[in-house]
Amino acid sequence: MIRILQMTLSSSQTDRIPPELLEHIDEAIARYPISSRSASLPILHLWQNHFGSIDNSAIEWIAAKLELQPINILELVTFYPWFRQQAAGRVIIRVCQTLSCAMAGSDRVYEAFCKATHIRCDQHQNGVLPTSADGNFSIEFVECLASCGTGPACLIQEDLLENVTPEKVSDILQRYSDKIL
Amino acid sequence: MPAIAPIPHPKERRIIFKNIAQPGYSPDLACYLAHGGYESLRTALEMRPQEIVESVKKANLRGRGGAAFPTGLKWSFIKPDDGKPHYLVVNGDESEPGTFKDRYILHQDPHQLIEGMTIAAYALGVHLAYIYIRCEFPHAARIMNRALEEARQKNFSGKDILGSKFNLDIYVHQGAGAYICGEETSLLESLEGKRPYPRIKPPYFPAVLGLYMQPTVVNNVETLCHVKHIIQMGAEEYARMGTAGDGGTRTLCVSGDVSRPGAYELPCGAVTLGELIHDVCGGLKNGRTLKAVIPGGSSAKVLRAGEVYKIKGPSGECEIPMLEVIMDASHLTAVGTMIGSGGVIVMDDSRSMLWALNNINRFYAHESCGQCTPCREGSLWMAKITSRMLSGMQYPEDIRTLRSMADNIAGRTICAFGEACSWPTQSFVDKFPEEFSSTVIAEKMSAFP
Repeated sequence: MIRILQMTLSSSQTDRIPPELLEHIDEAIARYPISSRSASLPILHLWQNHFGSIDNSAIEWIAAKLELQPINILELVTFYPWFRQQAAGRVIIRVCQTLSCAMAGSDRVYEAFCKATHIRCDQHQNGVLPTSADGNFSIEFVECLASCGTGPACLIQEDLLENVTPEKVSDILQRYSDKIL
Repeated sequence: MPAIAPIPHPKERRIIFKNIAQPGYSPDLACYLAHGGYESLRTALEMRPQEIVESVKKANLRGRGGAAFPTGLKWSFIKPDDGKPHYLVVNGDESEPGTFKDRYILHQDPHQLIEGMTIAAYALGVHLAYIYIRCEFPHAARIMNRALEEARQKNFSGKDILGSKFNLDIYVHQGAGAYICGEETSLLESLEGKRPYPRIKPPYFPAVLGLYMQPTVVNNVETLCHVKHIIQMGAEEYARMGTAGDGGTRTLCVSGDVSRPGAYELPCGAVTLGELIHDVCGGLKNGRTLKAVIPGGSSAKVLRAGEVYKIKGPSGECEIPMLEVIMDASHLTAVGTMIGSGGVIVMDDSRSMLWALNNINRFYAHESCGQCTPCREGSLWMAKITSRMLSGMQYPEDIRTLRSMADNIAGRTICAFGEACSWPTQSFVDKFPEEFSSTVIAEKMSAFP
């Protein structure tokens, strides 16, 4: 929560766009010679990967960059589940809750992650992912991760974890604590 | 246990998965070339484009993404000399619950896809192609980008490919977590940078008004990989591996309550459902018995253990028990379901069908894009009803309500998501009525006036 508060109090994201990000954005636009509007999803990904979320200033900036209206970008951010307007924890844990993973016990895995990170197992509240008090971990249930044969599956940061059991949860969290935090 | 075993099951015939899961095989170009990579592309570039389209037709290749549409026929909708730019888009949005095959191709054999799509692009007169990969596969996007860079450096992609004067630029485009983008017109909207609302057909058939309103072919990852093997083996030999209307091999992804879940590559129609479960996948776990199978991704209608189907065979009508249904497109269609994306979900006698349907309904309620009212409202209501039923509060008329909601979505929406979200409800309540006909809990009922 502290981190989220800091984010809202701090200046807008467009005040601190690094030159590398600008470069990547221009590269993304170049991949769509027919219509630069096609670059809106890639730019949103680049933006969220860098800043952790997409704020209002970003929506206006990206729209201007692509010669679009801000609503053209906002409607993407609100439609696609991957994008978020509020900051999340440093490590995001996504647990698959679709049929094959659910049959393999993904709800118990989700609960174990919540318990170990002291996150309340509630779903999204006002678009904010359930996040641990120290701002280190966020957790959410997601739909099919296409790893049905090796469920329960989790996507943590960019890594797919297969056959996850509640017993493995503390080791997994330790690994990400060491690596990222 | 890995989802693809290094040693194939005796019933398997691996073409697409030939090198996947093999020790020492890497996604590098050098490794691909050492295994005979890009030889089919050389052969194809010496053929006339129309010959390639004819080969794919003769091979009886059907799309592996879900609709099982004949690939050659889809390609033949593109007019070679219409003077318009043509586009090829690879559907790597693998999101159908129960399906997990394309991930392995993207991760472990990216050049197989590049070769297949380059042959397709040459056949279709395409000079700009995109690979749409769901963003939940970040490593796949990275691996593909690296492979594309390698291919460009060695002239397997880019300008004047292998001295043929044929140019092709391929780029990776990442999705953003929406299942609907697997629907081809939705995918095109997404690729154009818009909300992925599916387009209405007619007039927006991709082959006519596709990407940027130009003729476009959208093919699944696995489908395009098959193209390489059709060129390599010849259409006749390729077709012979499968059945009359369903050529070649296909990957089947088995998950749920079997001893050896995983992705298997089998000649089309080579096994029955019973052989797949009991032989290939080692039977049910923990000695339990079979209750139900979803044969082609969660959208496909469920099959109940012990069912017997009446189908029209070559020698009149015949009866086929559930376990003897052949796993190919035509047989599964004949018994009222579909091969879909090949995602087989097996459920044993410990599973509650109400619980399973509720899980599926929740998925579709979450993933409906919201464009058409019957689907947007109906998928949510079906999920609310099954969720309430699961909590113990059931009305006697629930089964009828669920059925009528599903009936009023299917066929009344712009895209096939309407059917995808209705078929589970229709089939589950029809085939397992005893699990949905309530034992009314009187005191809880009062909470629902």
